[in-house]
Amino acid sequence: MMATQVLETTALKTGISGLPFNRNSIYRAEMVDTIPGINPIYKLRNTNLKVRNLNVSIKKNQILKNVNLEIPDRKITCIIGPSGCGKSTLLKTFNRLNDDVEDISITGEIRVDGVNIFDKDTEITSIRKKMGLLSQRPCPLPMSIFDNIAYGCKLHGIFKKKALKEIVERQLKGVGLWEEVKDRLHEPAVKLSIGQQQRLCLARGLAVEPEFILADEATSALDPISSKLIEDLFIKLKKDYAIVLVTHTLRQALRIADHVVFMYLGEVIEEGPAEDVFNNPKHELTRKYLEGAFS
Amino acid sequence: MSKYKFLEEKIAKVLMVVATLLVLAFVGNILYTIVHKGLPSLTWEMVSKIPEGGYYNGGGGGVLNAIVGSLYIVAGSTFLGLLISIPVVFYLNVYLTKKSRFAYAARLAFDVLFGIPSIVYGAFAFSIMIYFGMKTSLGGGILVLTLLIIPIFIRSMDEVAKHLPKELLDASYSLGATKLETIGVVIRQIAPGIATATLLSIGRAIGDAAGVMFTAGFTDSIPTSLGQPAATLPLSVFFQLSSPSADVQNRAYASALILTLIVLVISLTGRFITAHFSKNKV
Amino acid sequence: MASFSLNRILKDKVAESSMFLLTTLSVVLVVLIGIGLYVKSIPIIEQKSLLELITSTTWQPSQGEFGFLPFIAGTLWVTGLAILIALPIALLTALFLSEHSKPWVKKFVFPALDILAGLPSVIYGVWGTLLIVPWISEKLAPHFVEYSTGYTTLAGGIVLGVMILPLLVSLFCEIFGAVPRELRDASLSLGATKWQTSKHILLRKTAPGILAAVILAVSRAFGETIAVLMVCGNIPQLPHSLFDSCYPLPALIANNYGEMLSVPMYESALMLAAFLLFIVVFFFNAVSRVVLYRIERKFR
Repeated sequence: MMATQVLETTALKTGISGLPFNRNSIYRAEMVDTIPGINPIYKLRNTNLKVRNLNVSIKKNQILKNVNLEIPDRKITCIIGPSGCGKSTLLKTFNRLNDDVEDISITGEIRVDGVNIFDKDTEITSIRKKMGLLSQRPCPLPMSIFDNIAYGCKLHGIFKKKALKEIVERQLKGVGLWEEVKDRLHEPAVKLSIGQQQRLCLARGLAVEPEFILADEATSALDPISSKLIEDLFIKLKKDYAIVLVTHTLRQALRIADHVVFMYLGEVIEEGPAEDVFNNPKHELTRKYLEGAFS
Repeated sequence: MSKYKFLEEKIAKVLMVVATLLVLAFVGNILYTIVHKGLPSLTWEMVSKIPEGGYYNGGGGGVLNAIVGSLYIVAGSTFLGLLISIPVVFYLNVYLTKKSRFAYAARLAFDVLFGIPSIVYGAFAFSIMIYFGMKTSLGGGILVLTLLIIPIFIRSMDEVAKHLPKELLDASYSLGATKLETIGVVIRQIAPGIATATLLSIGRAIGDAAGVMFTAGFTDSIPTSLGQPAATLPLSVFFQLSSPSADVQNRAYASALILTLIVLVISLTGRFITAHFSKNKV
Repeated sequence: MASFSLNRILKDKVAESSMFLLTTLSVVLVVLIGIGLYVKSIPIIEQKSLLELITSTTWQPSQGEFGFLPFIAGTLWVTGLAILIALPIALLTALFLSEHSKPWVKKFVFPALDILAGLPSVIYGVWGTLLIVPWISEKLAPHFVEYSTGYTTLAGGIVLGVMILPLLVSLFCEIFGAVPRELRDASLSLGATKWQTSKHILLRKTAPGILAAVILAVSRAFGETIAVLMVCGNIPQLPHSLFDSCYPLPALIANNYGEMLSVPMYESALMLAAFLLFIVVFFFNAVSRVVLYRIERKFR
């Protein structure tokens, strides 16, 4: 199924609009899956997210200072740092959820697959579709379990019952919920336990075929068993997605991170592969944080 | 599909803006109409004289009877209302805990009282007055309006008092104060709330017609005792409007303008107080 | 020293008891009003059955005929119209203010709403008489009926609708504001537009609150007296079209309090009208407040 084909892709399929559609431009894409009756789904081979000179201020307080980052594909990147250092703001800026915050000022650029998300021509909803967001508190939509997952699909044009059923089943199986809920798909999602709700939110986010999974302290509201389930899911998913996880427990990062970004007071102090940062931190502050001097 | 989603978004946005503009248009139109019709007939005579004989058929005079009548009634009922409501709000917030069932029931009762239309209060008060042999009078008007504004007072002050930081009360208790003595502290904290509640109630009371209809009666003179009937501005507007004479009708508009101006001033003062005081809140 | 503190504690206790008394009295007031009005209406209920009173359409007090149906119908019509007009406008405005507009818009729309809310009802009546009634009579009615004075059910509905707009908008804004940010974020991050989020997620979540708010507004509209009285025509008939005059319950009471002592049973009939109003308003208010409290608690 994973045939590597060098193909032409249309703006609709890859979700990038505003990109100059040139018949001579070819993007490396691989056919990830097909659902009968629907167009095959392609995914860009190496997706990436590059942050350049990002500065974010809210009401004259600077939250992020000159952030320069590159999020690697197919890896779990953990953003660590003491509370209040801007990690959540950074994450929310990736999918432009910060746009409506009062008195916010954002300068710099974030390029997703080469397209600057702050460009006037960039279409927000297609950027957001690429980024799945998992919040700290599980947030099921006020609908049934089935509809929660189907909601995203319907937003992007999939209405056929058969297709929706297939997608719902596939996603629920993917997060390990299928057995637990297959008999009550049409019950309200709020009836699930918190751990189940969080997994449902993950399934919901995956149903729209994102490229990134952004998780903002996604396990801090859960019990240890559910947390472990989510972490295992991340490990399983990283081979297909770029996962960015904000975490304030160092232990979690130690457990699952491939790539680490350490932030302090709105600045990126250090970033790199996990072994490097954890075993040989270059910066004084990083060393202090790792030793537990402050959190 | 995506083009429909953006079309829908655009249409929705247009509809929403239209709705909001419509609301603004209503406000503007009402104010404009009143000013436009009332201003030409607004003379010094209107506010300084009581109606002379034949006023309602075109004779001379003004609406001083109504202005003063309204003022008396509103002053009386505001005073009584405060007297009754402040202790109740204290009781609910300082003496009772948040979880108290009595407090919940009481608040529910006050919400219901808040929703009772003034005509029902009027009918009720009228029955009481007949029972006690009272005639339509200033006293009757004060009675009704007090009933009307007590729930308003209690609700708005309660809203403010509910948010009293517990630490404030604790600080007072730990100095050995009884609950009664703590009230001094509480008053200072919710003083702006009391002020806005008062203005809110005054605004509501002065504009009421249905309640005072049966109870305060109407008269062309200024009442000199609680037992005499009193005129009120809303009723004055109403009666003048029903006159066949176009002159009198114009004076009705002028009276309406006077009433509107009074209410606007009260409302603005209320906003000013809230804005001014919320800077200094704990 | 000891007597000094006893004195203070005594004062405290006395104060507490008196406040308790005052509070209880205020609560009991609700019951008192209900009972008082009921007692006053007993004479007429004894003479004719309640059912007959509510379903008869003849209103001739001097001949002892007290059919309340026209008034009940009038109240229902006018209130129904008011909701029909005000609900969509209020919903759209509230959505706009809380979700789809820049923050500064709120800063000057809210004061405008406050002004609207604070205007005495007689002012609305004047506006209605000056603007709405002629508009209906000259511009609107000719398309539909032969002749209309303009003092119609429609006029009452429009004026009442504008009166309940501020209440609805502020309640809606409060309800929308109570929905946690994460819910909207969750929808947006799936790629929904703001409007899709409002339509599919926000409205669904707030549906019970919206219903409660509408019930509250209805109960406010039921009791509105003077503004409607001035524009509705005050003819005791069953309105067959929007352009017929009508005679809502509050207007009935207000217009006839003068005569009620002269005709037998009249006073009792009017008190019954007041009692009916009281009961309806009581229930609507109580029910919707309970619903709104529950919703508020869920979000805390």
